[in-house]
Amino acid sequence: MSQKPETHRKRGRRSPVAILLLVGIGLITTGAAYAMATTATASAQVDLMSPQVIDEGQKLFAANCATCHGQQAQGTENGPSLIGVGAAAVDFQVGTGRMPMQGNGPQAPAKPVQFTDEQVKALAAYVASLGPGPSIPSQSDLTGGDAANGGELFRINCAMCHNVAGAGGALTEGKYAPELKNTSAVHAYEAMLIGPQNMPVFNDLNLTPSEKKDIVAYLEYLKENPSPGGLELGSLGPVSEGLFIWIIGLGAIIGLTIWITAKSN
Amino acid sequence: MAKIVKGSEKSDLVATSGERLTGKELGTAVVTTDAFPNPGLPPHRQRVTDTNPQRLARAARIVAWLFYLSIAGSIFTIFAYMFFPIEDGSTTSIRLSTLYIGLGSAFALLAIGIAAVHWGKAVMADKEGVDERHPVRGTDETRARAVEIFKEADEESGFSRRTLIRNGMIGAFIAFPLPAIALFRGLAPMDEDPNNLMKHTFWKKGLRLTHDPTGVPIKASDLTIGSSVHVIPEGLLDLPEAQMLDQKAKAAVLVVRLKPEDLHWTSEQRKNWSYDGIVAYSKICTHVGCPVALYEQQTHHLLCPCHQSQFDISNECAVIFGPAARPLPQLPIAVDAEGYLVALSDFDQPVGPSFWEREK
Repeated sequence: MSQKPETHRKRGRRSPVAILLLVGIGLITTGAAYAMATTATASAQVDLMSPQVIDEGQKLFAANCATCHGQQAQGTENGPSLIGVGAAAVDFQVGTGRMPMQGNGPQAPAKPVQFTDEQVKALAAYVASLGPGPSIPSQSDLTGGDAANGGELFRINCAMCHNVAGAGGALTEGKYAPELKNTSAVHAYEAMLIGPQNMPVFNDLNLTPSEKKDIVAYLEYLKENPSPGGLELGSLGPVSEGLFIWIIGLGAIIGLTIWITAKSN
Repeated sequence: MAKIVKGSEKSDLVATSGERLTGKELGTAVVTTDAFPNPGLPPHRQRVTDTNPQRLARAARIVAWLFYLSIAGSIFTIFAYMFFPIEDGSTTSIRLSTLYIGLGSAFALLAIGIAAVHWGKAVMADKEGVDERHPVRGTDETRARAVEIFKEADEESGFSRRTLIRNGMIGAFIAFPLPAIALFRGLAPMDEDPNNLMKHTFWKKGLRLTHDPTGVPIKASDLTIGSSVHVIPEGLLDLPEAQMLDQKAKAAVLVVRLKPEDLHWTSEQRKNWSYDGIVAYSKICTHVGCPVALYEQQTHHLLCPCHQSQFDISNECAVIFGPAARPLPQLPIAVDAEGYLVALSDFDQPVGPSFWEREK
């Protein structure tokens, strides 16, 4: 203890600029690492019609879903019937981690996926075998859309809840529309098809398959193109921008005025 | 500090100023002395640059280098403009161009500012000085002369004497802003009654409901339960652009389909305004006119994003939360012979926020 003050003296004070720089470097490296880690993974090829896969799906269903949705997926008072919801609904709900639900609440949030891709497809095959419903869109349904038209359709049909830049937004009584920046093309397409939770349904007569493809193209465009204005601050508009300017901007101005008026030592 | 001193008290009092007072001299006066004596200037403290010539030389070098850095920043800005042009129009090039031009010019200006402040604080002479404030009140002669000048001016111009001219001038000043008020009329529609325009929309009996923005008509069978569709009236897109937008601003409608048993009607008349669970409501909020379209298909709530007004579609769009005062107006709809959704009439009340003549 007695030596400590002396060593402090020798090292001198670390400049506040150095701390800011260190924090900045740390943020940039973690951000870059995160961006690299979240690249899309290829979807497994599973034959949804094969009896073995359906059988596998039934076992998974009985073990993981039947408590709420019933042994025959007929629904209970804790969960809706899944007959006729289609493979797309299962691929969306289970493939984004929303199901199995962790607890009752206003909304089932997306969370780490609980099953492998093959298991998700097997569950989808089982539910699809119970009754006709929307199927999982193929790769050709998702690529080659017109992002400009998709942008217009997105602003008319989606932007009021999901924000014009897909940043998400609040709904009533604790519910929210999730952000779409990390939603894969196939999950975005399925969400439009099935209308999960409180999202309205956009069936193929409301938004045609080609219009859905355009919307997916717009979402992909948003992911690939940076904001021309620089820092997006979450694309949340005046809330995050105001917070930034009031705390960082005003903080810098206050720091400068203190420096200007303090007497030089 | 104030002390109330009673004259009858015999003991001597000492005010904080140190003056010795006796009871007889004071009577019942309140003695006040300055609570915060002038502390004067703190003793002069020398800076490191005053005592150490090496540090002074270093500070001077830093100031000079900051000015050179500012020059470098300005030159960098010019090069940034040259080497990061916005030629292909891609967002990446726009971003790089604005980023580097902004960084360069911000650096150039900031370096000048920091150099100037550092120069003033560390290098320039450090002396405390006192500037006495001169009294605000002028001398008696200047004040008397000013009054004289006013009197002379009044005498020579005849401002008080020639009342005709004076009153004419005051009248002219009052009249001058009046045309500005009258000119506001030009902001309202000239050829039609504004009240009438606000009370009627493009919808009329028999018009089909069509998709926004394509204008494709909608069949009742197109809509599954839980669907929501953004709707414009048939024929709206044939209007010229400006007129189309004016009309769309009033006629925008949200159509949703829910289970027929989820719809609860309080008015008898409205029972015929929907078709098999398909209902159409104005998208213009009755509060201040934002588009209300955040529809939750399980709770049937409709949320306005501007001020969080909530409407309950299953209950004639009654307001269940927020500042809106009235339910959203309902568009009466039915199905024509070919299965398309059609309007039965215009809205039965003006859409959007209130205005003075709304009820008339």
